[in-house]
Amino acid sequence: MDIIVCVKRVPFTQEVDLEIDKSGKSIVTDGLAYVINDWDGYAVEEAILLKERIGGNVIAVTVGSEDDEEVLRRALAMGADRAIRIDTCGRSLDGLVVAKAVAAAIKGFPLDLVLTGVQADDDNQAVVGIMLAEIMGLSHAAVVRGIEPEEGSLKVRVELEGGIDEIRQVKLPALLTIQSGINEPRYVSVMGIRKAAKKELKVIGIDELGLSEADLALATEIEEVYLPPETGGAEMLSGDPSKLARAVIEIMRRKGVAV
Amino acid sequence: MDFELNKKQKDIQKAAREFAQGELKDIARDCDLNETFPPELIRKAGELGFLGAFIPEQYGGAGLGFLEHAIILEEFWKVDPGLGQQLCSTTFGSEEFILFGTEEQKQKYLPPLASGEAMMGFAITEPDAGSDTSSASTSAQETEHGYIMNGSKTMIGNGTVGRYLVVFALSDPDNESRAQRHSIFVVETDTPGYEATRLHGKMGLRASDTASIFFSGLKLPKEALIGTRGKGFYQLMQFFDRSRAYVAAHGVGLAQGAMDLAIKHVKGRVQFGRKIASFQATQFKIAEMATRIELARTLTHKACSLLDKGKSDSKVTSMAKMNAARTAVEVVDEALQLHGGYGYFNDQDVERFYRAAKVLELYEGAKEIEKIIIGRHVLGRY
Ligand SMILES: Cc1cc2nc3c(=O)[nH]c(=O)nc-3n(C[C@H](O)[C@H](O)[C@H](O)COP(=O)(O)OP(=O)(O)OC[C@H]3O[C@@H](n4cnc5c(N)ncnc54)[C@H](O)[C@@H]3O)c2cc1C
Repeated sequence: MDIIVCVKRVPFTQEVDLEIDKSGKSIVTDGLAYVINDWDGYAVEEAILLKERIGGNVIAVTVGSEDDEEVLRRALAMGADRAIRIDTCGRSLDGLVVAKAVAAAIKGFPLDLVLTGVQADDDNQAVVGIMLAEIMGLSHAAVVRGIEPEEGSLKVRVELEGGIDEIRQVKLPALLTIQSGINEPRYVSVMGIRKAAKKELKVIGIDELGLSEADLALATEIEEVYLPPETGGAEMLSGDPSKLARAVIEIMRRKGVAV
Repeated sequence: MDFELNKKQKDIQKAAREFAQGELKDIARDCDLNETFPPELIRKAGELGFLGAFIPEQYGGAGLGFLEHAIILEEFWKVDPGLGQQLCSTTFGSEEFILFGTEEQKQKYLPPLASGEAMMGFAITEPDAGSDTSSASTSAQETEHGYIMNGSKTMIGNGTVGRYLVVFALSDPDNESRAQRHSIFVVETDTPGYEATRLHGKMGLRASDTASIFFSGLKLPKEALIGTRGKGFYQLMQFFDRSRAYVAAHGVGLAQGAMDLAIKHVKGRVQFGRKIASFQATQFKIAEMATRIELARTLTHKACSLLDKGKSDSKVTSMAKMNAARTAVEVVDEALQLHGGYGYFNDQDVERFYRAAKVLELYEGAKEIEKIIIGRHVLGRY
């Protein structure tokens, strides 16, 4: 099975007090640590699991700068066969442009399956996967929690609202956006890192993909980034723990959370 | 001169960080309380190539250098010194095989260490021979078929869990030179005459194994000798020139971990109506810590880089180890200070780090011993 897996490098923002930068349209990124987008880690693992099960070839793709190659090397170290970085050539991109760029870069590749994360930790748009499927004319399913390969198709478990899953048959070639928790991503091993150094990591400029200026024009624009205003309304409870627990459950019931 | 890690080293650092976060963090406190570590952890770390990264590829190792070893250990110690110590200790002394071992010894003893299948240790210290290693009196008397070992060692890592140890023993007591009386032997711990008792009540690093060892008429074959008879002391010094470089990384990791804990705490804790991070006194403390850690890391990486270039330098290695250990002790002291009284309870990780730090100024050569070495190199003859 020929699999393409899309990955993105994102700032690690848990337990970090984010600051808005001077432009008001982005955050201050100095000093932030970067990691592979959480969902993409699962997508890479799923691609490699499929390869290990039924054979094939895995190509990892990212759109970004040289620093972003880190996540490609990570995918290679986990077991991907080769990697492609689409260089941004100094352009700002949005989800649609990224999807077009990936589609152009992998056009003509033998391909059974494209995997992406459901969304990226940084801007949470959850659009690239689905737009990529549309551009490439692939059948697709989003928020996938399980994959069972069958002859010419995949049986996939899709997460719906309210804790319900749906089993769906998807014809190949297809694109799936992978939900976190679908598997347990392996650790990167030192041997994997050493092997990755010998695998191909190709760089193509976004300007070399034959896309027109119109294709590369942004469809969305960030006007402002702001921290969510601190809201009041916190209800402080006090008393002994058994009464507190009961009070919390009562509130949860009232708000429709507890069953 | 390049002060940046290369891509591969950065990738290894990240991989080790993820492993430590995923595998050490949640079990660290329990392991400390119960004086234990899960054996599977060693296996897992070995499979991923995190043990003894300096072991050559042809003997099952990752074939990297002491710098990579140090980078990995810093990440482990940053999350938990006790488990970090245990993960470092399993290949402790394997340098003797690499530097002085025969091909058979390398083939036999190195691969199981790299894979995490076996653990080893280095038995040097004796009740009457601590800093003064050349007073070691555990004897290895030559016989027709090999050697007979008698004596005892104390405070030995992996004494009860190791499959084999390298042992510094008195083989040539009559040699005129104190530095030519010892040899180093490999002892398999299932040999009759070997007995080890686990030492309890360690102040810190409680997850790691430390034992007293007794050798009573333990028979060793001729092939148990590592390197040259009578050259054990020199071989030991060459080991320290290496091990001290990565033990320095223990200190860097501990200090960084402690500062990270302190930063998290001061950003959350409010007193006098403001985050305690907003007091300049706090900021100065953090600034001091961060600077000291950066310096300690730089010197540690320098010591390791020199080793990896084949330029072993006792002075720089001793400086790196002494400085990193002092850094760890001082940084963790301030890190606990910033936690206030909460830091004195063991539900705060900084309490465990605090107890762990002191040993860095004691083992692998007490700091006074490092000062003796540095002083000798700097002063020369007088
Ligand atoms: C947790 C732990 C793990 C250990 N693991 C191992 C292990 O795996 N293998 C092993 O062989 N050993 C191990 N040790 C032992 C360790 O290496 C020794 O404790 C250390 O070498 C110091 O020896 P000592 O304790 O006998 O102290 P001493 O040598 O008695 O020193 C006491 C004090 O006197 C000072 N002193 C001694 N001589 C001089 C001098 N000439 N000039 C100035 N000051 C001096 C010392 O610096 C120290 O401050 C371990 C120790 C601990 C605590």
